[in-house]
Amino acid sequence: MNFFARFAQNRGALVGLIILLAIILMAILAPLLFPESPWRMVQRPFLPPLETEGFPLGTDTMGRNVAAGLMHGAWVSLLIGLVSTTVALAIGVPLGAIAGYYGGLVDDALMRFTEFFQTIPNFALAIVLVAIMQPSITSIVLAIAIVSWPPVARLVRAEFMSLRHREYVEAARLVGQTNATIILRQILPNTLSPIIVLASLMVATAILLESALSFLGLGDPNVMSWGYMIGAARTVIRQAWWLSFFPGVAILLTVLALNLVGEGLDDALNPKLARERS
Amino acid sequence: MLYARLIVSRLFKAVIVLFMIIIFNFFLIQMAPGDPAAILAGEAGATDAEFLRQLTERFGLDQPLHVQLWRYVSGVAMLDFGFSYRQQVPVLDLILARLPATLLLTGTAFVLSLVLGIVAGSLAAARVKKPSGSLIMALALVFYATPLFWVALMAVVLFSVYLDWLPAYGMYTVGAGLEGFAFALDVGKHLILPATTLALFFMAIYTRMTRASMLEAAQQDFVKTARAKGLKNSVIQRRHILRNALLPIITLAGLQAGQMVGGAILTETVFAWPGIGRLMFEALQQRDYNLLLGIFFFSAALVIVFNIITDLVYRLADPRIKEAS
Repeated sequence: MNFFARFAQNRGALVGLIILLAIILMAILAPLLFPESPWRMVQRPFLPPLETEGFPLGTDTMGRNVAAGLMHGAWVSLLIGLVSTTVALAIGVPLGAIAGYYGGLVDDALMRFTEFFQTIPNFALAIVLVAIMQPSITSIVLAIAIVSWPPVARLVRAEFMSLRHREYVEAARLVGQTNATIILRQILPNTLSPIIVLASLMVATAILLESALSFLGLGDPNVMSWGYMIGAARTVIRQAWWLSFFPGVAILLTVLALNLVGEGLDDALNPKLARERS
Repeated sequence: MLYARLIVSRLFKAVIVLFMIIIFNFFLIQMAPGDPAAILAGEAGATDAEFLRQLTERFGLDQPLHVQLWRYVSGVAMLDFGFSYRQQVPVLDLILARLPATLLLTGTAFVLSLVLGIVAGSLAAARVKKPSGSLIMALALVFYATPLFWVALMAVVLFSVYLDWLPAYGMYTVGAGLEGFAFALDVGKHLILPATTLALFFMAIYTRMTRASMLEAAQQDFVKTARAKGLKNSVIQRRHILRNALLPIITLAGLQAGQMVGGAILTETVFAWPGIGRLMFEALQQRDYNLLLGIFFFSAALVIVFNIITDLVYRLADPRIKEAS
């Protein structure tokens, strides 16, 4: 069975993929359908949904178009999710690879370092980092990456430890390949599938984290994001439930879709495990 | 004897981690834009030069970095987290006043999520491949993807605004002057929504974990033996499978404690629950860095305490684990 057939066998994953594609489409279409800035005040504030043409989701406390904010927010969520996961991989993969490959004292030191970051409450650390660095896309991406790399390092380390004494690694060593070549060309390619699965789940967590930061007022003040929309509507929840409702559904669907796709990838990339589990 | 040594070694580790967090906090203050003295003063706009000079002297901000670091570390070691100039109270007093509310909320949510998660997970494991089992897992998947702060807001809309069943804000009815049992009942009513919404996400994790762990335990030989003896399925599920499946869940629960403290920041903000999470939100809005870093330190300390407790419970639950591990 090829990769996609195995992926499609997991019906949840297929549903997740469709939702995810729809959200990516939303992000791409946002500047075409709503070329104006989502921050512009375009109508009377507090318009309920489905009552005025052109404002299917109503307007917010300042008379901004909720539908426009939702579509532009899709772009921000996906971007921050992807970039912060990439940065987290860039920290976690090398640390885990070095710890797992060399073992001994290096491993001890790196794992103590990783444990330290795992002990600190993630969300509190992210808040403190963004508050100190001042809210911006860069500081949010960095903060999310800094709190989410430890699981990557642990996973990569475990993979390297189980692979480093395999025959093909010994053979590579015998023909005189350097440690760097063995790590990058021999072992790393064999650890890719669990890393890909973990990364897809990390994008989901990163999107949740970003929305929570923006909800608390730590979002980038220049970009419209789903978390910001909910946070800004928090105090008027009694008068205008829809202002918080729709962005929340958007976050929920995106995160759910990514988790489903992650599980599907896991089934498709690790077929042996999937068979054992069912 | 074994436990005494274990606790000592765990405490030693905890002290090292907390020490590293203090150093980390110190460098965060250095990293913040602007004059560290102004930051320690809460960046009050109208801070006069004389006050800044006093602060500079007190924290030795004109001294080399390592002297400053030493003063800061020794200050925190004496539980001096500085002064919240915005609120005109020492940071420690503010945090200690708010700590019980947070412990009540996170403690309740922790027990709630663990109990419900284990019950739902074992039901799902017993009904594997049946629609009811799949339904539980689908719900768990949705809760796992739901933003905490959003579900809290929606709970306010539904249960407080629309149905008017439960209070939406605060920890007790202000001005009611209730005492004794009536007061406890009042707090309990205020606790339901925050604790339940905080518990949902963690319940989802424990549900998934319990199911996976039970399905794995069900493959073991002693389960076959139990079936061969002709025991009832419900007895096997409860006494043989669940008991063995619980161990990894305890470990996971300890690790999740940190996330729960983080989640409390969001729930307390939505429900105006007077704990350290809400305090952190207030500190954020006022850019009160002293207070912010103090709360950060305390939340990390809470997590460490939680971890030590789970570690001990784990060893009590499973005597097979040797100290060496």
